[in-house]
Formats: sequence, C-alpha cells, structure tokens
Amino acid sequence: HNLFVMSCPAAGTCSRWGSVPMAPADPILGVAVAFNADPSPKKINLGIGAYRTSEGKPLVLKCIRAAEQKIVSDPTLNKEYLPVQGFEPFLKQTAQVIFGADSPLVKEEKIAVVQTLSGTGALRVAAEFIALYCPGVVYISDPSWGNHHTIFRKAGLQTKTYRYLSPTMGLDIQGLLEDLSAAPVGSIFVLHTVAHNPTGVDPTRDQWKQIAEVCEARKAVIVFDTAYQGYASGDLDNDAWSLRYFAHEKKLELMVTQSYSKNFGLYGERIGALNIAVKDKATAVKIRSQLNGIIRPMYSNPQLHGARLVATVLADPALRKLWEKELKEMSNRIVDMRAALVGALGEIGCPPPGAKFSSWNHITSQIGMFAYTGLSEKQCDLLTSKHHVYCTRNGRFSMAGVNPSNVKYLAAAIKDVVVGPAKL
Amino acid sequence: TMSRWNHVTEAPPDPILGVSVAFNADTAAEKVNLGIGAYRDENGKPWVLGCVKEAEKKITEQILSGKSNLEYLPVQGLQDFLDQTSKIILGADSAALKEKRVSVVQTLSGTGALRVAAEFLSIYNPGTVVYVSDPTWTNHISIFKKAGLEVRTYRYLTKTMSLDIDGLLEDLRAAPENSTFVLHTVAHNPSGVDPTPDQWKQIAEIVKAKNAIPVFDTAYQGYASGDLDKDAWSVRYFANELGIELLVTQSYSKNFGLYGERIGALNVVTKDAAAAGRIRSQLNGIIRPMYSSPQLQGARLVAAVISDPELYKLWDSELKLMAGRITAVRTALRDALIEISCPTPSSNYASWDHIVAQIGMFAYTGLEAKHVEILQSKWHIYCTKNGRFSMAGVNLKNAKYIAGAIKDALATAGPSAA
Repeated sequence: HNLFVMSCPAAGTCSRWGSVPMAPADPILGVAVAFNADPSPKKINLGIGAYRTSEGKPLVLKCIRAAEQKIVSDPTLNKEYLPVQGFEPFLKQTAQVIFGADSPLVKEEKIAVVQTLSGTGALRVAAEFIALYCPGVVYISDPSWGNHHTIFRKAGLQTKTYRYLSPTMGLDIQGLLEDLSAAPVGSIFVLHTVAHNPTGVDPTRDQWKQIAEVCEARKAVIVFDTAYQGYASGDLDNDAWSLRYFAHEKKLELMVTQSYSKNFGLYGERIGALNIAVKDKATAVKIRSQLNGIIRPMYSNPQLHGARLVATVLADPALRKLWEKELKEMSNRIVDMRAALVGALGEIGCPPPGAKFSSWNHITSQIGMFAYTGLSEKQCDLLTSKHHVYCTRNGRFSMAGVNPSNVKYLAAAIKDVVVGPAKL
Repeated sequence: TMSRWNHVTEAPPDPILGVSVAFNADTAAEKVNLGIGAYRDENGKPWVLGCVKEAEKKITEQILSGKSNLEYLPVQGLQDFLDQTSKIILGADSAALKEKRVSVVQTLSGTGALRVAAEFLSIYNPGTVVYVSDPTWTNHISIFKKAGLEVRTYRYLTKTMSLDIDGLLEDLRAAPENSTFVLHTVAHNPSGVDPTPDQWKQIAEIVKAKNAIPVFDTAYQGYASGDLDKDAWSVRYFANELGIELLVTQSYSKNFGLYGERIGALNVVTKDAAAAGRIRSQLNGIIRPMYSSPQLQGARLVAAVISDPELYKLWDSELKLMAGRITAVRTALRDALIEISCPTPSSNYASWDHIVAQIGMFAYTGLEAKHVEILQSKWHIYCTKNGRFSMAGVNLKNAKYIAGAIKDALATAGPSAA
C-alpha cells in the first residue's frame, strides 16, 4: 500500500507525486538566498563559509589560475573516465598532504584512498562503508556542521552527540571525555581535525592526547573531518597535528576525510578524498575495493577537473610554494579580522554577548573560518532585520565576510542588538 | 596486531571496468579494446570534441580574467545548464516545460541521476518494484538495490537478437501496480536493440494500465543516430503526447565526450506544476547528504556549447560524425565476416546482420564467454564476457583482424549454446 496517497484536484491533473511535501529550507544555504535578495548597500554576508578578500570578493587562488592555464593548454589531456577510485596522481599526493610526505603509513601503503566530491562526498562514502563493515552509533559534537547528522543517518546509522562547548565558548573537555567514555565499545566518533565548525574552538594538544586515550579505550571507529587544513593556521603540518598524532604516535586505525574547497578555493569543483589508514597493506587494498563498490552505484567514478587542478599544483614545486604562501595570506587575513572586530567592539565599549562572558576574546581565540559569537537567536534575527547583517541563527559568523570597510559597522550593529537601541 | 577491518573481503572486479584494466596491462601491439563504452576515432584514440575545446577555452578565459569564479553551485546545479538540459531531452516546445511541470537537477552523469532517482522512489514510492530489461547495464541493478528497492527483470531479446516484444509486454503486464519500469530511451545497452515506434506505443499502453513509473535512461541521445530529436522520440512520446508522468535521466558522457567530467541530469516530469517545485526540493534533500552540490566544469562546458549557436552547430556536426563512423564500422565488420565466410554464432542466426541492425555504442554479437576467452588470450581482443562489443573500438584498420579472430574463436570453441 503506497503510503503517499495521490491528491487529485481535478480529473487528469492527478500527479502521483501530489503529496510530496516541500523540504524545509537548509538553514545555512537559506542565509545566502536571503542575503542575495536584500537590496541594502550596507549588507554583510557572514553566512556561508567561503573565503572573501578584503574587498568582499570571492577569490580564485593564483596557483589555481596557473593550473587552469596549464590544463587548458595541454594537448595531451583528454576527457576519458577516471578509475572508480579517482585520479592516480591526486590520490598519492592527497594522502601525503594530510599524513605528511614522510608518513610511514604512506610509504608502506597502509592507507586506502579514494577521490571524493569534497568533504561531504568523503563522509558519505565513509558512512556507507561503516554501515556495511562496522555499524554502530555515531557520536557527533554538539554543536557540529548540521549535515553530519543527515549524512550518517542516510547511511542508516543512528547519531548521538557529545558535549563540546563550555558556557564561555571554551572546550568542555570534561563533558567531551565523559560522553565519549560512556559510548558503547566500537562506536563511531566524528572529530574535527582543526578549526571546528561552527565554533572555531579546538582541543589543545594535551586535550587531543586525552581524547586519543578514550578513542583507544572504546575501540572507537575514528573519523577525522578535515575541511580547513592549511586554511586555519596557514601551516598544513600544524593543522594536521591531531590526526597525525593519532595515526603515527598512537598507531590508531582511523578514517580521514579531506576537502579542498577552502584551502584551494575550489568550492564548486567538489574535490576531496577519503583516507582509511589501517595496520597492513593487504587490508588497505581490500578496503579500497569496497570503497569502489560504494562509489560505483553512486556516480560510477569521480570528475576530472578538480582533481587535475589540485594535482597540477602539488606536482609543481613553484606552484606548491605559491599555494602555501596564499594559504598564509588567507589565514592571516582571517586572524587580522578577528582582532579587528574585537578591537572595534572594545573601542565602542560593546559589552559581551551574555552574562557568562567576561569579554569578546573568544572571537580571537577561536580559529578557522568561523566565530561562534555567543549571540542569541533573537539578537541574530535583529542583526539581520535591522542591520542587514546575515549569519546563521546560532550566532556563527563566517569571519571571511568581515573586512576593514565593514568591521566598524558590524561592531556598531552588534552593540545595538546586545544593549538595545542607542539613546539619542 | 590485526586490523579491525580484517573481515573486509576484496570486492570482485567490476565486469565492465575490469576489461579495461586487463587491456591496459596487455603489451601486444595488435590489441583491441572493445570493452568500455567510450568513443574512439579512426585511429583508436580518445576524442575531445572541437565544440568542447572551444568552450573550455572560453571558460578558462573567464576565470583568468575574473569574470567568473569557483564558488559553490546551488544544490540543484548550474542554472544555465538546467535550463538547457531539459529542453534537449524533452524538446524546446514540450508542454511540460512550458507549463513548468518538470523538476530538474544536475547530476554526476547518468549513474548519479539514476541513484538520485532511485533514492527519490524509495522515499516517495516505497515498495515499488523495479523492472529492468534482461539483459541491461549491470550497474542498474546495483543502483536500485542500494536504494533498498526490489529489482526484477523483463524479457528483452529473442534467440536471434531481435526484440522479444511479446515476452517484454507479458512480463510488464504481470508486474504489480505502481511498479517502476527502467526503459532505455535509445541504443539499448548492451544489446543495441530498440523497440520500434509501434512497439513503444504498446509499451506505453501497459505503463498506463499498470499506473507504472517509467524511468527513461538516456545515455546516447544524438550519439545513436546523429539526430538529437530522433533519438529522444520514445521519451517525448510518453511525456509530451501521452502526458505520462515519468523520470528521465541524461548522460552527456558519450554525446559530448565528457566521460570524465561526470555531467548529466535527472528530470522528473509531472502533471502538476506545484508538485514539480516540491519534488525539486526533495531531490536537493537527497543530493545534500550525498555530495552537497555538484561540480562546475562539466556543467559549464555543456551550457556554453548549447547556448552558443555556432558551438551548437559544431556539436551537431560532431554528433553526426561519431554516429556515422559507428554505423560505418558496423557495416565494415559485418562485411569482413562475410568475406571470410565466418559462420554465424549459432544456428539461431541466419546471418551477421544483427550487428548492422543494432544501434548505438554496442553490438551484442551472440558470442559467449568461451569465445571471449579465446579472443582475449589468443588475439588480444578485449570485451565483456557476454559478447558485447563496443563498436567504437572497431575501425577500418582492425575490422578484418577482428573478423578473423571471431572465425577462429568459433572454430575452436564451437557455436554459442543459447
């Protein structure tokens, strides 16, 4: 019996899909839609997590421009299918980027690597693999990127949360360790490699060591979601410290997803990878064949262009150096804007967002694309409706949307929603 | 110490893709790849269409000059591409399009479109039984099963490689109400045998009678006959003339030569414009947890060609060139077999004419695994075990060689059993 009864307003117009409901608007993407519709010249988009220059414009990296030129000028290139696992040069390089060129896991071929459609694609393939080979409850930080829950549930897995933030926007390490320690053995733990989304709050190295202990004790299936390697601190190795510690020093088997959306500015080309690091090469080979078995009925094989762009840059020492320079430039601009916003807030005497906060310093201690400001839903709604400042209702600011031209306006808008309208 | 994934087994190699792996490993100079369904030129080389090269230059220039960037596409894909792609398959004058009754999303070629379709059906037509032809592209079965749907088959071929229309109609008539019928719009894969327009009309009658959901898999529009409109006749008949609600997937892998850029679309044609909008939101809800949003390059290339009259003209001529060459080598192979008096695959076949009667990328030769083994090990000719030849791998230089090998394989292993 078909659960969805067809609705027939008039004879002949009866659609078998008449009762398909409208899906709820995606909270993150909905912000961009609202922003685009706003005619105000003062509007600021702090919604979507994509880098912007200090002029507020999208950026195509110079190393990518060079790679585009190289590719279009190369007469030997064709458009034939990639293997299911993806572009071979890209696969070799991507594992080196995340694990380090001198990683014994890389050298001993103990990593199953597949090219994926950026981070989302990697997580979905990982989720389907987990559902087949080591199903269990998936623990996701509270808060986290909203799509995490959707992805794992689509693969048929149950998701729960682990505590993450303290009331003053620091890491609630005790709550985190308690919740993960209470998880059933063999549960799946989703960790953010660096620059936690949405909070920007990362464990310290000592805290990572504590987390690794619990992962080991619970025999957890560890999934490191890496969307900001290099983008966070400007240093690729520094940003990968957490998973490298788990993999190399603790010798824990783990999964790592990579996105090149932010660190290469390749948002729309959907390029990333899933790496599964294991104890022996034979297992890596078998796992890779099963990952291919997941990809084949999903989209057969991945697309060329994004993989070629990344591989071209990584294979050319000069372009690679240029990339690393551009990473530092992006990362530095974000760090500068964090300081500029906190400075501007201080200049106008804006009180912190709530009683639990003693200052706005959480904005400068957080790292990566986002600042988790502590502003309430009501305050965010007012920021948007009164001041044309767009962000998600959890108070998350994409710091890439802040620049020298708008930071004072932004600070004033924040003060207005925190204290109420200025008295004339 | 042991890996926690010690229990993971090695997956068997994909039957189709495995052929290319074996071919690539072979060092013989005379090797022939009749395995993968990708166009090859007269010299056996991959071909990047001229219209694509032109579009690529334009797109790169726009990026380098700062006129365009690499930001995220919307979940549903590139709007220019979406506007064009539905017109290509349904026709610009389709009532469904004019009345906004078509829901369309950009997908990763045909496979991606089928997977999104399968997931949509598993949610909104739960319990629908999916019927695929026997034989069909093997990935059809995997895709629909992955979405949790039951898959059955309908008869398709007679012993003499023609359409078993009676068997087909009988099997579809016996299907439960609200079943899903996967139909090949044109150039059936792997057989190359298509229903005639009259036979399509008979199929349509059963679809209506069973309130079935047609899924038209379109991988060869334009590539089959060289004529985009002619190749879309079947789905346009169902959608435009009969007003049947249906899903139609599109791949631009073959007709644009964009294999590796993974560009296609899923169109859901409904009776109700309001439903179309809601359906699109649900398709997006399927895409978001799969890969968030699709990739730029392939969509930009297709949109750039279709929307430029000069490039569209060039594309049209290149379609005719590809289709023409395939038709020519079908004849060349058939004639080469006659020339050396090669016996037919079995007593079921009066001739080798089925190679010429079939259309599209493939020839379903009637040879069997035992022949394929000899073709591969002795003659370095690679194809799938079901005797399916990708005709793109045939050219005027190797047709005689292939004919000779077929004759030898039949002489050595005897005729096909079926």
